[in-house]
Amino acid sequence: MTGILSLITYAPLAGVAAILALRFVAPSGSPRSAELAKWIALVTTLVTLALSLVMLGLFDRTTADFQFVEDFAWFAGLHYRMGVDGISVLFVVLTAFLMPLCIAASWRSIEHRIEEYLIAFLALETLVIGVFCALDLILFYLFFEFGLAPMFLIIGVWGGKNRVYAAFKFFLYTLLGSVLMLAAVLGMIGITGTSSIPELMTYDFGQEIQIWLWLAFFASFAVKMPMWPVHTWLPDAHVEAPTAGSVILAGVLLKMGGYGFMRFSLPMFPDASAYFTPLVFALSVIAIVYTSLVAFRQTDIKKLIAYSSVAHMGFVTLGIFSGNAQGEQGAIFQMVSHGLISGALFLCVGVVYDRMHTREIAFYGGLVNRMPWYAAIFLLFTMGNVGLPGTSGFVGEILTMTGAYQASTWAAIVAASGVILSAVYALSLYRRVVFGEITNPALAEIKDLNWREVAIFAPLIIGTLYLGIYPAAVFDITQASVDNLVAVYRAATGG
Amino acid sequence: MNFSADLSLALPEVILAVGALALLVWGAFQSRANMVFSLAAVALLVAAGAAAVLGPMGRGFSGGLIADQASAFAKVAIYAASAIAIPLGQPWFQRRGVNNFEFPILIVLAALGMGMMASAGDLISLYIGVELHSLALYVLAAIHRDNAKASEAGLKYFVLGALSSGLLLYGASLIYGFAGSTHFDIIAQSVEGGANVGVLFGLVFLICGLAFKISAAPFHMWTPDVYEGAPTPVVAFFGAAPKMAAMVLLARVLAEGFGGAAEQWAQILVIVALASVAVGAFAGLVQTNLKRLWAYSSIANIGYAVLGLASGDAAGVQAMLVFMVLYMVDVTGFFACLAALSRDGRPMETISDMAGLFKERPGIALAMSAFALSALGLPPFSGFWAKFYVFKAAIGAGLGVVAVIALVGSVVAAFYYLRLIKVMWFDASAGATDTPPVEARVIALSLALFTFPVVLVALVFIDPLAAAAAAAFGLA
Repeated sequence: MTGILSLITYAPLAGVAAILALRFVAPSGSPRSAELAKWIALVTTLVTLALSLVMLGLFDRTTADFQFVEDFAWFAGLHYRMGVDGISVLFVVLTAFLMPLCIAASWRSIEHRIEEYLIAFLALETLVIGVFCALDLILFYLFFEFGLAPMFLIIGVWGGKNRVYAAFKFFLYTLLGSVLMLAAVLGMIGITGTSSIPELMTYDFGQEIQIWLWLAFFASFAVKMPMWPVHTWLPDAHVEAPTAGSVILAGVLLKMGGYGFMRFSLPMFPDASAYFTPLVFALSVIAIVYTSLVAFRQTDIKKLIAYSSVAHMGFVTLGIFSGNAQGEQGAIFQMVSHGLISGALFLCVGVVYDRMHTREIAFYGGLVNRMPWYAAIFLLFTMGNVGLPGTSGFVGEILTMTGAYQASTWAAIVAASGVILSAVYALSLYRRVVFGEITNPALAEIKDLNWREVAIFAPLIIGTLYLGIYPAAVFDITQASVDNLVAVYRAATGG
Repeated sequence: MNFSADLSLALPEVILAVGALALLVWGAFQSRANMVFSLAAVALLVAAGAAAVLGPMGRGFSGGLIADQASAFAKVAIYAASAIAIPLGQPWFQRRGVNNFEFPILIVLAALGMGMMASAGDLISLYIGVELHSLALYVLAAIHRDNAKASEAGLKYFVLGALSSGLLLYGASLIYGFAGSTHFDIIAQSVEGGANVGVLFGLVFLICGLAFKISAAPFHMWTPDVYEGAPTPVVAFFGAAPKMAAMVLLARVLAEGFGGAAEQWAQILVIVALASVAVGAFAGLVQTNLKRLWAYSSIANIGYAVLGLASGDAAGVQAMLVFMVLYMVDVTGFFACLAALSRDGRPMETISDMAGLFKERPGIALAMSAFALSALGLPPFSGFWAKFYVFKAAIGAGLGVVAVIALVGSVVAAFYYLRLIKVMWFDASAGATDTPPVEARVIALSLALFTFPVVLVALVFIDPLAAAAAAAFGLA
């Protein structure tokens, strides 16, 4: 099945072409054109999802090798090289899974320039999937960096009041990290003469050069992740982005950082990774505790969830740099689970925002009286966010902490306090928004979920519970690659 | 070598020189430019480009003229950029009542001078090439005679250009005095094993003079004023071909004449490159006029090209050549967009004029966004590949720290490119625009398509050609 990765990657572009061709059917901007565009986008993303599930079905779980590899020589020694292994394959599926939900979530809430909005989303899907499939450094960089453009537009054109500031902050922050990575990428090509990721994973860089390369990659991935203290762009971007933009930002864009650490930092620069592990642990623990406390003080629902994302990403970095199988498995699981749960939480915010056009916590209260279904679903994902056993959130946190415990007892102990803190802010948010009596007269007539919203939440609910009860669904796929990664890392660092 | 063999090496120059004179006679009888006249000028440039590629290679006129892979590569790019300028400019001037037949002729003459710069093998032909193209450019800047700003631009350009020519000549005379010859290969022999102070002193002046021509900091001051004042299609020409010619000339002088002093000149170039990147990035932040903004952008971009040259090896020269070709597309395309836009008959030149352009003119707004993102260096646009080559060469040559500083500079510059995109996409429309003229629109859109996605295929061909051209300079 060579070629299926390119097919999945570029399938959304067929949707873009179809939407562009709509102008021959109906004048662009007309209600008919908007309606058709939405259906085209939905069908395209569903087809992409189906293709990615076919790919997952064909995926050989017993090997750590890259699969479905495509390789064509390009110019200047570069190659168009695609392939997936156990670490990347789930992110492809996760992206394809979240995209139709994003399109559906934007069905009514985006009111102007809907065709362009959908084009931006479809282009973004291509670029994000490309990031996870690329096996050539420069190809990876192309997808990684070009993804900034559609997201910049999504925040800037369809965002909230302060959208321009947020869009610029997002773009410039990420760009600064990325250009440092570009310097490192070019340095690596200069040293080794190849840009092939599988080859570079076995190349033995000198210890001193590893330190510099690691730092450059760290600059990019830490911003993307985001890790404390370079996380400040995220709350702004989330608050201003439209709901679907937040879902995709938290659901998959942040995962590029964690994926990058596992694909580049650990296997290519193992000595430097071991050397900097205390730094990463310190930053992760600070992120978990500090941003949890910050989240507790927020007055804006979206900002609160954004800060909680930073805290949850702290667990991911903790797991990745623990350098053992539990940590890595936990990190991947946590990323997938966070993709579902935080995506769902942003959708929950979107539901009330669409109705009331405010995200102030103080505005709400007593929603359970008018919106019982909403209250139940919001409760489930709040519990997932807290890490309640039975939801997928629990598995990721417990595994990353187990992994981290073996590497650094203190880091694990302090991080464990983050679980309590997450309960503090998440439950208090839930209490203030959902429980109590309705005191705000504006809420007296608020409507419960409609069938479209239920349909959006249903896959997320199933996913969260399924992975919480049967986490092996993920581990079976990642096992071989993770074992290989850990073995290589251990061998290189002598651990 | 006999005279006819020499002439055959200079075939492109002969075609352009004879053709320009013939056009001049034709124009004198006709007195008004028309389509056929412009087409004849374009045909001349095409013929000269074909001659540069297909004609014989070698050194003629006792080494004063070089025809090799490098000159062929540069000439094709230069003639192509000149050929685009004619259909872009002639109708533009006609619509404004400036119906001079001189415009195509001046472009051809400038192309002749630039071709000589690319082929120069000694200091004399270097100077003749530089002066020939400069004189044509001074007139072009002021060709809009009734426009005070254009006249001012032409005058400024002339005065400062004369100053830079003085520097260049002074440096050339020093080099001649100390090295004993004007030929690059003989200068190279005297530089071998350590250049004496007099030659180096001359070299510094020579580099300064050429830095004026490429508008590299700290010799960039004329650029924003001239770009702002000169007619837009002329700026589209200014920003592209002359820069290429001067960069190739600089590479030729440094590689063939001063290859033995590479360590010395590389230092100068590193400083020039970083200064240009910094000036271009920071000064661009406060500009409100798009032509001035793009002038600063071009200063920053020339900094990157110089950085490629500063690597001092064949990979660096190749990087510079690829960079310049891709950059020429960018700058020509951007000014073609500006030439296409007007509101109520007045040109749209400030950033705020572009408000909501995406609503009014989606095609041109998309093209402008592509050029801006390309100049920003966002992959996969052509500007990224340009920077890819330059930084790869610089890091390979051990200039890692310099490369990182320059990359950070590109993040600063990113702000003003993003602001332009923000204004076009996010802001409310500032009113309807006039219907854009066909020729400017076609040129703008096709060049935008080049920046992405055509570039991804085009580079497969440009890469080996630039490598062959770079090998001709004889650097390691």
